Amino acid sequence: MLPLIQRMVVEEKKWLDQEEMVDCISISQSLPGVVAINTATYVGNRKAGLKGAIAASLGVILPSYIVIILAVTLLDVIGVNEYIAGAFTGVKAAVSGLILYSAIKLAKKSLKNLYSWVLFLVTFILVAVFDVSVIAVIVSGILLGILYIYLKRKEDKA
Amino acid sequence: MSHFAMFYLFFRIGLLGFGGGLAMLPLIFQGVQDFGFMSRQEFSNLVALSQITPGPVAVNAATYVGYNYSGFLGATVATLGVTLPSFILMFFVAKLVMKYYSTTVVSGSLWGIRPVVTALVACAALMVAETSLFNVHFFSMAFFSNLMTSVNIIPVFMFIVSFLLMIKTKINPIFVIILMGVVGAFTC
Repeated sequence: MLPLIQRMVVEEKKWLDQEEMVDCISISQSLPGVVAINTATYVGNRKAGLKGAIAASLGVILPSYIVIILAVTLLDVIGVNEYIAGAFTGVKAAVSGLILYSAIKLAKKSLKNLYSWVLFLVTFILVAVFDVSVIAVIVSGILLGILYIYLKRKEDKA
Repeated sequence: MSHFAMFYLFFRIGLLGFGGGLAMLPLIFQGVQDFGFMSRQEFSNLVALSQITPGPVAVNAATYVGYNYSGFLGATVATLGVTLPSFILMFFVAKLVMKYYSTTVVSGSLWGIRPVVTALVACAALMVAETSLFNVHFFSMAFFSNLMTSVNIIPVFMFIVSFLLMIKTKINPIFVIILMGVVGAFTC
């Protein structure tokens, strides 16, 4: 979705220059929340303040909102037959392959030393095997990251 | 579950959902499960639906859960809940974060969250796999003691083909998904 937003905002509409768009995207990905809405809010705010931010966010939400309601309604009308169930199984098999591919791409970018590998493995085991609260692992990850950078900077200074 | 509780649930998901849609899936699932709202099977159907429809997964999930709960009102409450944290943070905090990007607290948080986000995406892959490739929970004795009956051969084959197509070719993912949906309709 981001490449599409980038092309529209920078090249077609010329609302932001390339450099600010790169900042906007990196901040959208760093902050929590829905990345597309983060980007929309930023761009809308830059161009037209609060009203712009609201308009841009609604613009990015509404298609999802409408399509999902239509899809749920449609599935209710058709009912669950064996073809639909089979199609869902096929789609899920493909989707799990695609998500695994995304995870591997992310791992190549984010797992670069022992510390990050350990944090990755511990998180995976805690959530996938022991069903530990995701909120707890996110908060722990943030605190450990701050501690790690703090100690590393202290060491670099010394 | 009251509308207020549902709003709070999705607000919390929006507030703590680092790393975008896929990484948010385990967070969303645990949240809706705690409310007794969805089975694992139903949730992964929603994920499947989200991948073949446009738009952010988290918004799709919020609309889906809310609409099933109480129609348009529920859909609107849940969707606003998941959207507001993004909106508030980007509107008020984005400039501040840019300014303090290199401080220990901000860069440490961002650095620490990355391996966690990667693990959460891996969990999401396993979660969806568990409802299509396997018949029982993957990390269980039952899985490994009855391997032949735990695994569904055709979906596993489709999973491997999809994964290889992604690695080896530049094929559009949506095409792979639709292809497997059509194959699945007639074979699963």
